[in-house]
Amino acid sequence: MTAETPVAQNGERLLEINNLRKYFPIKQGLLRREVGNIRAVDDVSFYINEGETLGLVGESGCGKTTTARCILRAIEPTSGEVLFRSESGGTVDVATAPRAQLRNLRQEMQMIFQDPFSSLNPRMTLMDIVGEPLIITGVARSEREDRVAELLSMVGLRPEFMRRFPHAFSGGQRQRIGIARALALNPRLIVADEPVSALDVSVQAQVLNLMMDLQSELGLTYLFVAHDLSVVKHISDRIAVMYVGKLVEMAPTDELFDSPKHPYTAALLSSVPEPDPRVRRNRVVLQGEVANPANPPSGCYFNPRCEYATDICRSETPQLREIAPNHYASCHRAEELGLAGAIVDRGG
Amino acid sequence: MTQSNGNGQNEPLLSVRDLSTHFPLDEGTVVAVDGASFDLYPSQTLGIVGESGCGKSVTARSILGILDKPGEIVGGEIMFRYRGRNSDREETRDLTTFDPDGSEMRDIRGREISYVFQEPMTSFSPVHTIGNQLMEAVMLHRDVDKSEAREIGTEMLRRVGIPLADRRMDEYSFQLSGGLRQRAMIAMALSCSPRILIADEPTTALDVTTQAQILDLMINLQQEQDMAIMLITHDLGVIAEMADYVVVMYLGRVVESAPVDDIFHNPQHPYTRALLQSIPHIQTDRSQDRLASITGSVPHPYARPSGCPFNPRCPAFLPGICDANEPTLQPIGPDHQVSCFLHHEV
Repeated sequence: MTAETPVAQNGERLLEINNLRKYFPIKQGLLRREVGNIRAVDDVSFYINEGETLGLVGESGCGKTTTARCILRAIEPTSGEVLFRSESGGTVDVATAPRAQLRNLRQEMQMIFQDPFSSLNPRMTLMDIVGEPLIITGVARSEREDRVAELLSMVGLRPEFMRRFPHAFSGGQRQRIGIARALALNPRLIVADEPVSALDVSVQAQVLNLMMDLQSELGLTYLFVAHDLSVVKHISDRIAVMYVGKLVEMAPTDELFDSPKHPYTAALLSSVPEPDPRVRRNRVVLQGEVANPANPPSGCYFNPRCEYATDICRSETPQLREIAPNHYASCHRAEELGLAGAIVDRGG
Repeated sequence: MTQSNGNGQNEPLLSVRDLSTHFPLDEGTVVAVDGASFDLYPSQTLGIVGESGCGKSVTARSILGILDKPGEIVGGEIMFRYRGRNSDREETRDLTTFDPDGSEMRDIRGREISYVFQEPMTSFSPVHTIGNQLMEAVMLHRDVDKSEAREIGTEMLRRVGIPLADRRMDEYSFQLSGGLRQRAMIAMALSCSPRILIADEPTTALDVTTQAQILDLMINLQQEQDMAIMLITHDLGVIAEMADYVVVMYLGRVVESAPVDDIFHNPQHPYTRALLQSIPHIQTDRSQDRLASITGSVPHPYARPSGCPFNPRCPAFLPGICDANEPTLQPIGPDHQVSCFLHHEV
């Protein structure tokens, strides 16, 4: 992060996730007996410092959205801790907090959704959509209008728009409305689940810029969930990579792209087509398919597709370890592989 | 418009000239394609790039004669060079003169020009096995019986890298993963050795690692079968990786067309430039600077701006010129055309 956003430097831990698990039961037969479970999130631990952006990436079905929802307790985690340092100073475990406490906590953590078309009620005006969180917290009507006007101008929309309905707006503008709604209660943590993937490229850049501007103005902390690595790279300070419910690697952004330590991360980086015909690369094309989370392979879940797999990879599950300062990876051979990163020298 | 494609065959397979496709609706007419022109050469990969609503899919559907109602081609021609079923020499015919549902067009669709859709989930019938659908396509266009068709179908599935191809023939599309389904779709499209494959966002619904597999597959099959690919996508990364020649569309118009290297390293239209600047790169060192963004958004189809369609968002807007006159596609270099008043007179 550049010098304009000093909040990111040496921020304290705002959120700490320890051994988070979310298993969905598979039920079968007349009696709906549980015959197994899908390990959507399987023993995931990470942290986010105040003022930084952590990118959470992975392919569809890897559990990144489930992780995000568990953090907000939009769904109940099976086990594990979600420790959030609340404004009052105390640390609360969101995973087990009672309902009343949760309500206060939710003012501090908000969400931005992927689809700007289905996440806004078409029968509510912007005033109602953006102002609804204010009603719940008991802000008077006159104050509410001022606040909504302020929020709309913060996200680059004209305050006069507050009497209009969402259908009058384009995808990018709708996403701005969603951001205004998330900001209404001055949250500290924003969980953004694929916030720009439904937008056209030209509009995507506008929304990314807006999110970065708001972060430096308001000192926000982001958990940015996405599958598009170039977008995540642009906005994140650190990146965590998930594969079949497990965290396989976590590192500062440049380091992750420069020297990935997990073969899956390396393959993921090499799969992204670079928008420059002069660097058509020799891609590492992964063979086979993502493991089934209901019936994962033994050992490392990635071993059937990994070109470096040895016997230990097939028998023992690797743990997430700190390979270099702040660089975590769960691979038995992380130190010895010397994998190629994505950053290449263009030579002018 | 002439262009070389590297292997000396200088006559286009498909030549689209001033194509206009409109959708007359109660609220007004949507001009989906507005005078688009481009050529597709044998063995070439032509990339068509643009944002949603730029008319890239409608262009493809116009070529194939599978426009949704009430869409209709109102002008222009689509010249296609091919050898008819009962003819022994190649001829060039205008596809817009054919009845979209007539036997000539049905013969071309699938056999000469195939189509891969964006959404592999909905492009197969859920009530028929993959095998039955593949065999149907083969038997429609080739003179083979059922068991031969099954063999061809199984072989196609094997060639696109589907494991246990014989068993997959008897499965339904919902039993396959997204990547396998898209492979099966490609197998079906290629089962009659078409000369042109039109792929409309073939990897957009897929994850990056699966996307890499499918793109690789398309490159290999293109070399094996010597076919031309028209690749429609909004993803400039995919274009850079795959295309030989690129057509950039905006609001139904071709705004720039050039060889892939020129598009990325010598773009001349303000829209092409802005589009390239607005995408984050993964290979360059990260600078958490702001991305250059294009102001505003693509206009609503009923509210097309007058003059150049890009003028309200254009950083190089010339008042009195760009909003009053319509630019046309003009050559500015070898194989390089631009539609912009910065490059030609009113």
